[in-house]
Amino acid sequence: MPEKSASNLVAEPQSPPKIRSPKRPAGTLYRGKEGMWSWVLHRITGVAIYFFLLVHILDTALVRVSPEAYNAVINTYKTPIMGLGEIALVAAIVFHALNGLRIILIDFWAFGAKHQRTMFWVVIGLWVVLLAAFIPRQLMHVFGG
Amino acid sequence: MSTAVADNKPAAAEVVPTFTATLMIRRFNPEVDEEPRWEDFDVELYETDRVLDALHKIKWEQDGSLTFRRSCAHGICGSDAMRINGRNRLACKTLIKDLDISKPIYVEAIKGLPLEKDLIVDMEPFFDSFKEVNPFLMAGPVKGGKERKQSPVERARFDDTTKCILCAACTSSCPVFWTDGQYFGPAAIVNAHRFIFDSRDEGAGVRLDILNDKEGVWRCRTTFNCTDACPRGIQVTQAIAEVKQAIIKGKP
Ligand code: HEM
Ligand code: SF4
Ligand code: FES
Repeated sequence: MPEKSASNLVAEPQSPPKIRSPKRPAGTLYRGKEGMWSWVLHRITGVAIYFFLLVHILDTALVRVSPEAYNAVINTYKTPIMGLGEIALVAAIVFHALNGLRIILIDFWAFGAKHQRTMFWVVIGLWVVLLAAFIPRQLMHVFGG
Repeated sequence: MSTAVADNKPAAAEVVPTFTATLMIRRFNPEVDEEPRWEDFDVELYETDRVLDALHKIKWEQDGSLTFRRSCAHGICGSDAMRINGRNRLACKTLIKDLDISKPIYVEAIKGLPLEKDLIVDMEPFFDSFKEVNPFLMAGPVKGGKERKQSPVERARFDDTTKCILCAACTSSCPVFWTDGQYFGPAAIVNAHRFIFDSRDEGAGVRLDILNDKEGVWRCRTTFNCTDACPRGIQVTQAIAEVKQAIIKGKP
C-alpha cells in the first residue's frame, strides 16, 4: 500500500472543494414569449400526431391479420368519444402544419425572424378560422346521426 | 408609488421619495443546503434603483452572505445575468420601477449551468463553447499595403453581433440548452457569426464546419427566448438563421 505510507510523509492532497450542485437546479418556469410557447405546442402536437399515426398504421395493418378484428376496431372510431378525439387530432395537425410553415419561413425567408411574432398570431388566427369551420360539421356528424 | 417619509429623518429641503419592494431570492448554499430555497427580503428603494441596487442593499444591510456576481454595474461586463421574474435579465439594467412591485420580485440564477451558490453558476461550460468557435480574427499576412481595409457596408454586415458581452443570458434562456448542455448555444453562434461575416476574416469555413456539428446550429428550434433575453438587443435568432444559411450555401 504505497499510497498509505506516503500519506504519512507527504501532506494530504487537497480534497476537491465541497461544491455539491443541487439535484433540482431549475427553479420557476421560464417566462418565454410567443416563440417559446409555439415551440412547446409544436412539439406536443408533433409527438401526439406521431403516436396517432403509429396506432393508426397498426390498426390498419390488422385488416391483413383478421378482417373481423379490423372491423371491430374501426367501429370504435364511430363512437362519440372518438368523434371528439378526431377534433383534437385535427386541431393538433392544423396547428402543427400552420406553425411548421411559420418555422420554414423563419429559416428560409430573410425577414422571417423579424416577423415571427406577427406570423405566430397569423397562425393562431388561421387555426381558429379553420377549426370554426370544421368543429360544427364534425359535431353534426357525430351527434346529428 | 411613493410612501410617506419616515418622521425621524431630518427634514431636508427635498427628500427623495422611497418605496418598499419585496425580493424573493432563490438561495443555495452548497455547504448546508440539499436543495435551493426561497428567501424574501423587504428593501427600501428609490425610483432610480435597479435590481442590482436592491441586491446590494440586501447584501450590505441585511444578509452579507447573499452571493452574486457583478463588476461594472453598467451593463457592459456581462457578470450579472440572472432570472428576474422568470426572464433572463442583467440585474444592473433592470429598473425596479419597471417591474410590478405590488408582488414580490423573483430573482434566481440562470438555468442550465451548474449552480454554485445563490445567484452564481459555473460559467466554464459556457466559455468552453465560446472558445470552440475560434472567436478571434483568422487571417494570413496582409495582401498589398499595410492595412486590412473594410468598407462601411462590409463592417455593417456583422455589426449586430459585435455587441455581445458574453453574459450568457441567451444561452441560459434556451430550452434546448437546458436539456442538452453539449449544445453550443446562442452566444457561441453569435460570436462565430461576428467573424464568419467579417470580410477580413479567412476562417469562415472552419467555423461553419464546427457549427455544422450535431450539437451546432441545427439544434436551434427557433424559440426566440435568446433574442428576447439579450440585454444588448442583438437579433440572436436572426444571426443563427444566417449561420444556418451560410452552412447550406457553404460560404458566408
Ligand atoms: C402537415 C404537414 C407538416 C408540416 C408542414 C410539418 C412541419 C414541421 C417542421 C418545419 C418541423 C421542424 C420544427 C423545428 O425546427 O423546430 C417539424 C417538427 C416535427 N414534426 Fe412536423 N410537420 C408536419 C407533419 C407532421 C406529422 C404528420 C408528424 C407526426 C408523424 C410530425 C411530427 C413532428 C415532430 C415530432 C417534430 C419535432 C418537434 C420538435 O423538434 O420540436 N409532423 N414539423
Ligand atoms: S448574445 Fe446577448 S444575451 Fe447572449 S451572451 Fe451576448 S450579450 Fe449576452
Ligand atoms: S454588472 Fe456588468 S453587466 Fe451588469
